[in-house]
Amino acid sequence: MIDPVLAVLSGLALALGCFFMLSGAVGLLRFPDFYTRMHAAGVTDTLATFLIVGGLMLLAGWSLALLKLGLILLFIFFTSPTASHALARAAQHSELRLPEADRQREREAEPVVESEPERIAEADALNADRV
Amino acid sequence: MRYTLSLVAVLAFIWLANSGHYTPLLLTFGLLSIALVVFLARRMGLVDRESQPLHLSMSLPGYYWWLFCKIVQSNLEVASCVWRGRQSIHPASARLETKLQTDLGRVLYANSITLTPGTVAVELEGDEILVHALNAGGLEELRRGEMENRVRALEE
Repeated sequence: MIDPVLAVLSGLALALGCFFMLSGAVGLLRFPDFYTRMHAAGVTDTLATFLIVGGLMLLAGWSLALLKLGLILLFIFFTSPTASHALARAAQHSELRLPEADRQREREAEPVVESEPERIAEADALNADRV
Repeated sequence: MRYTLSLVAVLAFIWLANSGHYTPLLLTFGLLSIALVVFLARRMGLVDRESQPLHLSMSLPGYYWWLFCKIVQSNLEVASCVWRGRQSIHPASARLETKLQTDLGRVLYANSITLTPGTVAVELEGDEILVHALNAGGLEELRRGEMENRVRALEE
């Protein structure tokens, strides 16, 4: 029923997708800190997802399932950068804050420099329940 | 009006692609729900040039294709970093200046940065984007500005 060429192609795409998923997962465990781990997670939600959903699309043939898989792919590609950004942005409110972010604030708002410890205290208070 | 029509077309496509039941009753329900969503979106002032970037429909596919190639390339880099282990990564972060004028262009640029593995746009403030990269080379590449130039070409 399914063209053998399509079957081989989709098998290949699925296998490669699995490999990249695995790479992402290994990176998540291996990398040293929050931000580098985020980069590893980025592998799973771009190329790995594309290969797996693409492989399934090849299997689906011309049907409604093809369109639905296409929509899933589209939505993942639109939402995953937003989610990553939200995650990184949230890290700026904790002790994981990047030093570059601080320097900018000081340069920008000279009179507010005194409130710097306050802001850190606030961040600590926000994180107190998470420790 | 053009934007409303394009929103109706997009919603109708999503509804038809997801439903699979094409009886008159359900089609009527679909039509009603599309009408409701369009009404709400108009009331919220969401139907405009920014949410329906029709002016980009010609040039956007080319950019997406370029971005896709970029994503594949950087995926391979990050995956190889994963298997080579910790000594192969040199995390770095920096504020990059951007010359992009429109909000749409900036968001497109920042999202493209985040979408390519190995670089994440952490903060977008005014003309500066705070970027964290897995390898310092990723920052260098962004500074060279090929991606920015392509987004700027879209803006015009």
